[in-house]
Amino acid sequence: MKHLSGSTGTDLPVMLPFRPGAATWDARDWAGIATSKRFGLALALVLISWILVDSAYAQMVGGKSQTVWETLVKWTPLMMFGPQGQFGGFILNIVVSFIAMALGTFMGLWMGLGQVSTNRFIKRACWIVTQLFRNSPWLVLLFYFMLLLPFYINIGDTRIEVSGWAKATFALSLPIMANVSEIVRGAVGSIPTGQWESAESLAFSRTQTMWRIILPQCIKRMVPPWMNWYCILTMSTPLISILGVADGMTLTQDALAAEGRSEYLIPMYLWLMSWFFIYSYPIALWTRKLENRFAVNQ
Amino acid sequence: METVAEWFLWLKEAHGIKLTIFYDELDRTRFLSGVWTTIHLSFVCVLASIVIGMAGAWLQMSPVVWVRRVMSGYIAFFRNTPPLVQLYFFYFAVDSALSGMLGIRGGIMSSYGWAVIALSFFAGAFNTEIFRAGIESVPKSTIEGAQSLGYSRFQIYRYITFPLAYRVCLPSLNNNLINLVKTTTVAYAIAVPETLYISNQIWSDEYNVPEMMNVVWIVYLVLVGILVWLMHRWEKAIRVPGFGQ
Repeated sequence: MKHLSGSTGTDLPVMLPFRPGAATWDARDWAGIATSKRFGLALALVLISWILVDSAYAQMVGGKSQTVWETLVKWTPLMMFGPQGQFGGFILNIVVSFIAMALGTFMGLWMGLGQVSTNRFIKRACWIVTQLFRNSPWLVLLFYFMLLLPFYINIGDTRIEVSGWAKATFALSLPIMANVSEIVRGAVGSIPTGQWESAESLAFSRTQTMWRIILPQCIKRMVPPWMNWYCILTMSTPLISILGVADGMTLTQDALAAEGRSEYLIPMYLWLMSWFFIYSYPIALWTRKLENRFAVNQ
Repeated sequence: METVAEWFLWLKEAHGIKLTIFYDELDRTRFLSGVWTTIHLSFVCVLASIVIGMAGAWLQMSPVVWVRRVMSGYIAFFRNTPPLVQLYFFYFAVDSALSGMLGIRGGIMSSYGWAVIALSFFAGAFNTEIFRAGIESVPKSTIEGAQSLGYSRFQIYRYITFPLAYRVCLPSLNNNLINLVKTTTVAYAIAVPETLYISNQIWSDEYNVPEMMNVVWIVYLVLVGILVWLMHRWEKAIRVPGFGQ
């Protein structure tokens, strides 16, 4: 009944389409606020007054103690890039999210194609693997693969050390695989059967139909949820700090421990959170935009 | 019960598989208490996040621009920062700041309390969006029709908007709530004695990491599986005919 629904996206004339992502005003509102001059001015005012109050307070408490602002600036290189000569910090979070996403998408695409396979055994097996990793908590998967994968692999005589963050990346790619698999299955299922039938009448094989006709049409439907999962993955990367990988979270806590003063807690955590926010929020806005655009065209 | 314990003892003797939670009284008790903590932590967070979502959706419809802006700020903040950092922020930073301000020593709330607050606000941000979208999917003409039949504002909400909106948002809501139950594992980081945390203690004491790891995974799969199954049945039962696919 897809063709009856028209642009509203529903068969039921009584109801309007349900679109949680497609907020009518707030996305635009916030993009507007973020780029407006008034907002920039307000932000600058808040920053300046904060630094002033901050240093005045430090003066009052005792001339020598450093202000919160100075502390943030002092620790920023460590939190962002990790200790000198080592790989870590917030950059590691981003790198882990990239690799896990690439790996998960690659595996998930095949898993999703397996789920729509005509072979009953492959279909069933892929469904089970997908459900298994979709329904387990990320932290449990992280523990599982961090603790049970070997520390090194022997290939012939050479011993390859498997670093903690590599294992963590693999563990994080598994739930992504499962969710990408579901996205692929859903998208393939949403293509009208007429497409399959007309391809068959033009003597396309099943593989050809899938790769040349069905999947290209699916991309439009898959990109917004796929980007949404990228955001969720990035928000989950600090979990690797629990297992001792020196990511942005670990180093923030190290910095806090080194300072050992409770008044730095709130600013430091907010500082780290703002990095994640600045990285992820534009992606979220873009996802929403794509969702709206694609929803109209379908 | 005895025979089960004996069988697992035999398993340990014969194959070296140490599933202590089945024959050791202490391990069994603490493991079960961990599972129970996961269950009631999830339950409390689910309820609180639904309340926050409803209040948030209502505030988002406010005619005052600034209330709406504050609400979209709240949603954007909690959706785009990592839940683990939020949890640390509440447990370490907010707790120490508040107890310093109020002059209370040793923190104002337990880690369990802060886990409930942080996780509820995190899931509540998603719920707000879902409820708002659900309410917006009820067309104005339906509400006008109810008005012309003499329904009061509350009656319209009670008999028209709410029944339709809740049916439409239930699938998304369920997804989010299932996610919330999975996210309760993050409370491990602030030492809430839930399944993962207790299991970590057990495998540290008994040196049975692989066995306990598998047990934990299965326990979560069963818990989430039961929830998914219940939610799907509920969704099917109250589906609006013809809406969606």
